[in-house]
This record gives sequence, C-alpha cells and structure tokens, in this order.
Amino acid sequence: MGMLGNLRKTTRSHILTYAIVVVAYVVLQCLVSTHSISYFLGGLLVPVCVYVCLSISLNLVVGVSGELSLGHAGFMSVGAFSGLAASICLRGVVGPDPLRLAIAIVVAGVMAAIAGIVIGLPVMRLRGDYLAIVTLAFGEIIKNLLNNLYLGVDANGLHFSMESSRALGLQRGIVIIDGPQGASGVDKLSTLLAGFLLILFTLTVVLNLVNSRTGRAIMAVRDNRIAAESVGINVTKYRLIAFVVSATLAGMAGALYAMNYSTVVPKKFDFNTSILILVFVVLGGIGNIRGGIVSAALLTLLPEMLRSIGDYYMLIYAVVLIVVMIATNNARVRSAFDALRDRLRRRPGDGPTLSAGAANGGGTHEQ
Amino acid sequence: MSSEDRDKREPMGDVGDAVLECQHLGIEFGGLRAVNDLNLVVGRTQIAGLIGPNGAGKTTVFNLLTKVYQPTHGTILLDGQDTARMSAAKVSKAGIARTFQNIRLFSTLTVEENVRVGLHNQVECGMWSSILRLPRFWASEREYHRRALELLDVFGMADNADDVAGSLPYGAQRRLEIARALATNPKLLLLDEPAAGMNPSETAGLMEAIAHIRDTFGVAVLLIEHDMELVMGICEKITVLNFGEVIGSGTPADIQGNPQVIEAYLGKQDAREGGE
Repeated sequence: MGMLGNLRKTTRSHILTYAIVVVAYVVLQCLVSTHSISYFLGGLLVPVCVYVCLSISLNLVVGVSGELSLGHAGFMSVGAFSGLAASICLRGVVGPDPLRLAIAIVVAGVMAAIAGIVIGLPVMRLRGDYLAIVTLAFGEIIKNLLNNLYLGVDANGLHFSMESSRALGLQRGIVIIDGPQGASGVDKLSTLLAGFLLILFTLTVVLNLVNSRTGRAIMAVRDNRIAAESVGINVTKYRLIAFVVSATLAGMAGALYAMNYSTVVPKKFDFNTSILILVFVVLGGIGNIRGGIVSAALLTLLPEMLRSIGDYYMLIYAVVLIVVMIATNNARVRSAFDALRDRLRRRPGDGPTLSAGAANGGGTHEQ
Repeated sequence: MSSEDRDKREPMGDVGDAVLECQHLGIEFGGLRAVNDLNLVVGRTQIAGLIGPNGAGKTTVFNLLTKVYQPTHGTILLDGQDTARMSAAKVSKAGIARTFQNIRLFSTLTVEENVRVGLHNQVECGMWSSILRLPRFWASEREYHRRALELLDVFGMADNADDVAGSLPYGAQRRLEIARALATNPKLLLLDEPAAGMNPSETAGLMEAIAHIRDTFGVAVLLIEHDMELVMGICEKITVLNFGEVIGSGTPADIQGNPQVIEAYLGKQDAREGGE
C-alpha cells in the first residue's frame, strides 16, 4: 500500500515535470508558427533548450551524486565540435537534415562520454573541494586543447594538426576547426523541435536512472560513503557512472548548441559557462530537476527581456539573481512560501489531511 | 532473504565450525598499535560479545573486519575465505554486514530505499535495463519491494516504509540500520553498541530481537556493548579488549571471574585499597 502511494507520488511529480516541458514547447511552437515572437526571442529558443539539457545533466552530478563539478562546459564543447565535425563530414552523404542532426548528436554524446571516462577516472579519486578544483582545471584544459586544434576533411579523410590549418595538408578539402577561430560555415540544423526532443531524452535518462538500483546506489554514496561501502556498493563505480552519463548528456546538448550558429569558437565554452550552468542548478534547488529546468529557461531569457532597459540590464540581472538566492535560502521566506503552497493545494471542502500530505511531498531531493 | 537461503544454513547453536577466524590481527597508526595480535573466533550462528573500557580498540576491530581500515598485520578468514586484502564492498559481498556506533543511514532516502540499497547485491538490474525501463527493471523493482517490506516487517517498520530515514526517532534509526545490514544476506553481523541511548525496557526488547535475528536469519552476531546486562544475558562467548590487546576470552561466567578483566574495569585491587 505504502509503496503504491510512494510510486504514485514520484510518478505524479515526474508527470508534472514532463507536462511543463510539453506545454512550454507547444506554446512556443504556436508563437513561432504565427510569427508572434520577437527576433531576439526567436534566436534564443534553441539556446534555452540547450541550457535546460545542461541543467538537467549537471544536476545528476551536483544534486544526485553530490559532487561539485566546475567543468561542465568542457564536455559541452567536446560535444559541440565533434558534433559539428560529424555533420560537416556527412554533408551529401546523409540526405535529410534531421537525420544528420541526430547522427551528429549521437557522435557528440559518444565523444563526450569518452572525455568523461578519461577525466572521470583520475578525478573520482578526489572528493569535495579538490574534485571541484580539478574539474575546473580539466574544463580549461579542454578549452585550450580545442583552441590549438586544427581539423580538416578532404577526399582522403580527416586530418588533424596542433600547429596550423596549413599543416593539415588538405587537397581541396574543408577546414572544419581552425584553432582559436573555431568552426565557421556550420550548417544550422538545430530546431526548436530538436531541442524539445533532446530535453525529453535527457529528462527520461536522468529520471529513469535516478529511480533505479543504479540511482539509489549513487544517492547512497552521496548520503554516506562508508555506509554505502559497508552494504557492498562500489563507490568509485557509481560516482563514475553519474559523472560519465552527465558528461554524455552535456556533449549532446553541446552539439545542438553548435549547430544553431554558423560560427562556433572554443572561447565560448569557458569557466563562465560552467558557472552559468551551475547557477541554474543551484537556483532551481540542488537535486530538484524541475526547478533546474525552470531556472535555466528563465535565466537564459531574462537578459534578453531586460535588454530594452538598456545598459543597466546586467545590473538588474545580477540583483534579481542575488534576491532570489537570498529569498530561497531564508527560512522565513521559505515558510511563507510553504504556507502559501498549502493554502493553494487545499481545495475547498477538503480537510487538513491533504495539506499534511502536501507538506510531506516537499523533500529536498524531490524530482 | 528467501526461505531457501535460510535452509542452506547450519542449524543454530552449532559452534563447532567457525564463521570468522582472525589471527594476529593488528593495525598501527604511526607508531601506535591500536589493535595488536588479536585472535578472535566466532562460531557459526553464535552470538559473541566484544567488550572493554573506552578506547580499548573495539570499534577499530570492526573497522578492520569491514575494511574501513587496512590491517597492517594478520589474517581474517570468513568462512574459510581470506578477506584481509578485499575492498570494503567485496567484504560485504563475502558476508560481513555491520551497524555503526554513530548511526550512518542514507538520511535523505526513505526507510524502504535504505533497505533496497542494502539489497543492492541481492537483486541485480543493470543500468541500461533501468534507463530503458525493460521488463527486467520492473521485475527487479517488484522483487526489491517484496524483500524490503518482508525485512521491515520483521522490525515492525513496514508502516514507516515511505518515511524519510533521517526523520525517524533514534531507536527506529538503530533498527533500520540492522534491517539494512541484514538485507545484504550476511554470514556475520557486527553490531556496534546497539543499545546505546536505549532505556532498560528498549534494551530488553533489543535482546529479544538479536536472539530472534540469529534464529530467523541463521547469522552469527558479534556485538560491542557497554550494557553488561545485555552482554552477559545473550552472548555465548565474550572477548575482552584493553589497550588493543585481548586480556580475556570465554563464557560470561569465565569473564566475570577473570581477575585481569576485573582489574581493567575497576583498577588494581591493592592500588584501590592503598588509596583509601
């Protein structure tokens, strides 16, 4: 009986999360179809999807696994450049654009997963602050490697160089990645629909993983490492699983991001981007995936909506951020919110039992 | 645990063969020998006690057995299998489960999820089956639920299955830790001060529960406890530690009459007299 109630409670929570995503997509798609969306906002639709995916995937490491990772943009960039390279190589080979985009995203996921394993193996020996610093360093290493990477393709296949585009020795081929200039002439394959589908995919993978044997093991390690070992959980394995799955999903989002622009530079995927994604997760509530989705969407749109105010928009953005952070961490403000929520949930005629049930549902790690 | 597993076990009280045998077990921290030359035998389905004054090294022995610490000397044989070089997770799979002196639950998970984590190596389901929600996943979840509730029922906690573990009262947290440990299907259960913080009637209930656990699960129990009534009441064999070394071992009656043990607990007879 209790289990059924529990299952229904988490299932209900998941359905709400999926519903928010679906409704938001339908509304936006209607606005786009009727051309009632501004030019600026229209250009932000794919980035919003990308940052929502990144927020969900980083929550797997920060919220579910309980490790502070500061190098998420690094995995995003691995996916971005491997994805756009795949899409350029497949030009003329694969006909339909959506299929080419899908293949590029899969390639991006695989490359980011490899990067996740290579970086994760040494990093998972560390904990806490040390892990955070080392992920930060790896994020910068990836950015600098890409800054010096030259990649081209011609009839003979792919050519790599770490020196210059001339060192590639291309014969009437195309330079895909030109060091610090990044990639130009990228096909803009990303669409709002693709972004929506990638969000659904990311959400499904993360929620299904969290609510399973694997997810419980990851959360057990987070809550108490020694106790987790004492019941036979291989701590390193499960921390690594969370880290690599998160990296894979970040890479896929990176590919979607890259193919929304004609030019992509490695500098875009720096420390600031990693912090931005972390802000989404923290602001949405660490471990709260739905909150992370909403905060990623709002914070991506906010600077553009404030642009009309002129020079002061970044100032207001920062003030809003600080106010929300303080409000959500202040006990008095939170209890006021809880009281408000209880009042909203209590339908007329229902007894106080329902509100007690609602109060129980507000756990910190509710998805 | 299923009934078939229980039937495979030896009948209770068969102390003839040992489930745990430690020889010359020891650990040094820097120059300090926290545990030195420890020989300890626990019979199959025996209830054994490990006692000694504060700082004698009792919990360190548990940490050596469960590989929280790596022993610097000696061997540990669990049912004939050498576990001294295994990782903590492998030791759990080999058959040692434990509770902790300062309770270590997965405090943000529910009561049922805590036991489900304990069942981690009893019910298998791979990551891909979980992500893709294959039939394998649903079957394993049903199995997890059934076995978790079966265990919680033994401890009278089935009604609390959906409560967050960290919100439970102290006594219930201790019981949940034991349930989680038993979920790993151990051959040997280590209990670190199970009666700490309990009143006399709760302690009496705990004594019954420990005997019941041994009989139902066919598991050997080694416990650390300061409550002498509990130790003398249920332990069939007692080992006394002081300054990391065994100073006495035997039945409760042997221990109560052992002058070395009395000295460790109460101080030297003539020294006390001299002081008066």
